[in-house]
Amino acid sequence: MQRSETMSIQSSADVVLVRQAVRQFALGLGFGLVDQTKVVTAASELARNTLDYGGGGTVKLEALEEGIHRGLRLTFEDTGPGIPDIDLALKDGFTTGGGLGMGLSGAKRLVNEFNIVSRVGEGTKITITKWK
Amino acid sequence: MERIPILQMGEFLLVTIQVDMHDRLAMALQDDLTDRINRTSARGVLIDISALEIVDSFIGRILGNIAKMSRVLDAETVVVGMQPAVAITLVELGLSLTGIRTALNVEKGMALLHKSFEASVRDSIDGHAEV
Repeated sequence: MQRSETMSIQSSADVVLVRQAVRQFALGLGFGLVDQTKVVTAASELARNTLDYGGGGTVKLEALEEGIHRGLRLTFEDTGPGIPDIDLALKDGFTTGGGLGMGLSGAKRLVNEFNIVSRVGEGTKITITKWK
Repeated sequence: MERIPILQMGEFLLVTIQVDMHDRLAMALQDDLTDRINRTSARGVLIDISALEIVDSFIGRILGNIAKMSRVLDAETVVVGMQPAVAITLVELGLSLTGIRTALNVEKGMALLHKSFEASVRDSIDGHAEV
């Protein structure tokens, strides 16, 4: 299995391709069905944010191995307008895009590690990790 | 552009989602369904999502919109066949799919639609008798 891969997110069809690639990585790492579904769903939310709010960007998929632990790390990066108030953006139900506002907060709940760095006018980088 | 097929079965419309839907395809389904309900005067919509491997907040929103729009057009929507892993993930994501009726499978979903259709026919007959 591949150890890392970077994909471009420029259209809603790319979001589907990201979902499929994340599923393949999770399968390759031996994730169970529920964990696969969780990480794919989190990836779908973040890939859509990268497209809709970030104006497109990339995602890097990495297979991790720390001792006996195996995990999947996804890094979403865009050079869009950035998030002025991260705490507010992470609140359930907060949305600027007419969605349900569950994307960011929901994705965070579905994974083990969640890290977000954003600078207004420069872009946003979100890293999530799901351990098996 | 590709489209998700909508089948008509008497008073009801049947949709089986068999592809990993991108956002524009989900939006197109929402538009096509409301249009079909309007044109066919359908009384119910059954959406089978048993082949869907994920339901994220966007797809959840579209399902909710379809349920609301069909109610306004006097039709009931039932979503059937959700995989257990998808249900677990949805709850953790924080989506409760409020206002969407669900059933375990197509057969149970159809029974639910028939029941509510018959109830509404009875109501309208009763209502008529009182006039």
